[in-house]
Amino acid sequence: MKLFDLRGGVHPEGRKDLSAERHIRALPLPKKLFVPLQQHIGAPATPVVKVGDHVLKGQLLAAAQGTVSSSVHAPTSGVIVAMGDFPAPHPSGLPVPTITLESDGEDKWIATESVDDPFALSPENIAARVAVAGIVGLGGATFPAALKLNLSRSSGVQTLIMNGGECEPYLTCDDRIMRERAGQIVEGIRLIAIAVAAKEVLVGIEDNKPEAIAAMQAAAEGSAVKVVTMPSMYPMGSEKQIIQVLTGKEIPAGGRPADIGVLVHNVATAFAVQQAIRYGRPLISRIVTVSGGAIKTACNVEALVGTPVQELIDFADGYVQPAARLVLGGPMMGQQFTNTEVPVVKGTSGVLALTAKEIGQAEASPCIRCSTCVRACPVGLLPLEMASRIRVSDLAGAVAFGLKDCIACGSCSYVCPAHIPLVHYFNYAKGDLAGQERAKLKQEATKKLADARNERIARIERERAEAAAKRKAAREAKERAAKEAAAKVEVV
Amino acid sequence: MNPIAHSPHAHAPVSIGKVMGTVLIALTPATLFGFWLYGWPAINLWAVSLIAAIVGEAVVVNLQGRAVRPVLMDGSGVLTAWLLAVSLPPFAPWWIAALGSLFAVVIGKQVFGGLGQNVFNPAMAARVMLLISFPLEMTSWVAPAPLGSAHAPGWLDSLRITFMSQPLDGMASASLLGHVKTEFTRGVGLDQALAGYYAPLDALWGSRAGSMGETAALLLLLGGLYLIARRIITWHAPVAMLLGVAVPALIFNAINANHYAGPMYHLLSGGLILGAFFIVTDPVTSPNTALGQFIFGFGCGVMTWIIRTWGGYPEGVAFAVMLMNTLTPLIDQYVKPRIYGRDRKGVALSVNKGS
Repeated sequence: MKLFDLRGGVHPEGRKDLSAERHIRALPLPKKLFVPLQQHIGAPATPVVKVGDHVLKGQLLAAAQGTVSSSVHAPTSGVIVAMGDFPAPHPSGLPVPTITLESDGEDKWIATESVDDPFALSPENIAARVAVAGIVGLGGATFPAALKLNLSRSSGVQTLIMNGGECEPYLTCDDRIMRERAGQIVEGIRLIAIAVAAKEVLVGIEDNKPEAIAAMQAAAEGSAVKVVTMPSMYPMGSEKQIIQVLTGKEIPAGGRPADIGVLVHNVATAFAVQQAIRYGRPLISRIVTVSGGAIKTACNVEALVGTPVQELIDFADGYVQPAARLVLGGPMMGQQFTNTEVPVVKGTSGVLALTAKEIGQAEASPCIRCSTCVRACPVGLLPLEMASRIRVSDLAGAVAFGLKDCIACGSCSYVCPAHIPLVHYFNYAKGDLAGQERAKLKQEATKKLADARNERIARIERERAEAAAKRKAAREAKERAAKEAAAKVEVV
Repeated sequence: MNPIAHSPHAHAPVSIGKVMGTVLIALTPATLFGFWLYGWPAINLWAVSLIAAIVGEAVVVNLQGRAVRPVLMDGSGVLTAWLLAVSLPPFAPWWIAALGSLFAVVIGKQVFGGLGQNVFNPAMAARVMLLISFPLEMTSWVAPAPLGSAHAPGWLDSLRITFMSQPLDGMASASLLGHVKTEFTRGVGLDQALAGYYAPLDALWGSRAGSMGETAALLLLLGGLYLIARRIITWHAPVAMLLGVAVPALIFNAINANHYAGPMYHLLSGGLILGAFFIVTDPVTSPNTALGQFIFGFGCGVMTWIIRTWGGYPEGVAFAVMLMNTLTPLIDQYVKPRIYGRDRKGVALSVNKGS
């Protein structure tokens, strides 16, 4: 198949060899699981259990709330021992509403509803089952999957793209799941294709994963699913880039893939969909890569949602040297964390313990305008110009250079010889901009209220004056009538 | 544990020091050749340039109350002084080098705000300043006298040449461009002026009168290709500059061969190859985009050719580069990459479903 050119991008050292040959292994059952109510973009789920309840594996713990939300289920059987704040897997480590489940060690499933012929299901039914299973995008964005299916079906999808790019260094969880569970993934892909009535189904996999490509090709044999080998480049796993390389189309600025008739899902999401539809199993576990130069035995594990990250690190035999930085996700877009008691959530693709050498961080020096960042930017921005505007608080100037189009992939920061934290600048400025826009909206709302109040006061006064005038006129008319009557009397 | 840091949590193995170091490595072959060709005076001059730049920058940065070490360690001051040194006449007196270097790092760079802030290429700004202020010292060329050859100045002689401004008899010579310019003003045609004076092979290899590190076209080209291979520079500005000189030279040479020299003569003369690979590729003072760099380089080339052909000076690279430096912000304003999902004007692409 013909591939289309991409611009920019970088080739960070892959380091995938650390874990690529490690078979997915299940973690031992943790004693306690910490399940946050919000593991997706949108509103947090509402708890439907209370402390002291005994729950079964797969039982609903918290139901989706509002239009963009996703349900949360019990990762194993046990007792709810606490419901309250617990540190989140986030750089801040700030506590978030979390259900703490003490495992009873039996790992007993709730009664699930299997489907013998999932391909006979209607598109609506597939989406509904995906919603019930609490599936979110496992590529990292954690957008509720069912919502994406419904939106895409209503706007008409031509091409379904399955993202097997996995362009982040270190991560091999998608590679492994494609190698080991290709059959289930392809079944999941075909179900998604039915759910959105896609005409064309492409699976994009980077050429540094030959075994995954072979496994997926074999599994897709005889189906409409087409496996495509893509060049290895970061950020190939980004929605915009994978669409561009496979279809040559661009999402209009401010738009979504659906605007050009494309839907992108991650391959691991397809596996979760298959499990949900065929076996009625909700999303309660995921594959996580545990890696990094500071980790003794890098591995891929199937971890229950809510498992403390420390247990994954222990499973990987701990550290060979003190980690200079701990990261959830990949090194290019992942988030640092400092508390290893935080739980694995649906969006956790990797747990990395990196050495100082791997981070390669140095003091920032002045920008020499070498434009390496310009060449690296996959979006066509001028990171150095945006940064120089932001440095002097000229946000409008940065926006004129395309700040809002930045996808925060970090390619510019990665290549900058001056080690300037460019993406950091842009995220900061975006936050500032959002704040300003909120303030502006608030100001407008206040102004509207004030205007309305002034108008109301004016109206009341006007009405009062009118009433007074009416009364006066009536009084005068009365007086005039009285006078006239008196005059008449006199005449008479 | 480090404090909270933002992604990316990985970095390419690059730094400004490494970038500057790579450029210095690329400059080394041509410089060593210059040392050999012009002997000890050239080495003295090079050393004076570097020392003046380092000391001058240290003093100024210290006066500004900034940390001196990181500024000196980034290597940009040394690179500037080195580029200036190789563009000087090899037997120039020490104070030319010292003054030029100080001007380059202090006026050319630090006054603008330091590394990355300057508008003009500091080395070229210094060269132009010297050329205008001290035309005699800046155009006193010598014929090559390779180290070890019969008439090469010894080490003591070299000290006298560099530090006591004592000219050496019988070695004065004109550069090729200067010679042709002089002959033109005397009404001598190109064929006569070049006869016995210009051998393309010499020009390619570099054994001719000229600045200490500018003559070895082949070695400079090698250094330039090394920089492209190491991805320190891209081909756009260098190729465009060579084209900018070669294209008008070709056209005018075809019109009147006796009055306008051909492309090879221009390409291998003066500081063109040095300028194309080491000066117009200066990140600070050149445009941001590939197309912008091409336009910038081409402009430098055309300006060089115009100055050489019709201007008052025999050589035009430094002037051309400075003139184009002033246009860099303008080029950057008009030449921008197209943003993903938008057209060239920045308007969002229209929604177009289906294929």
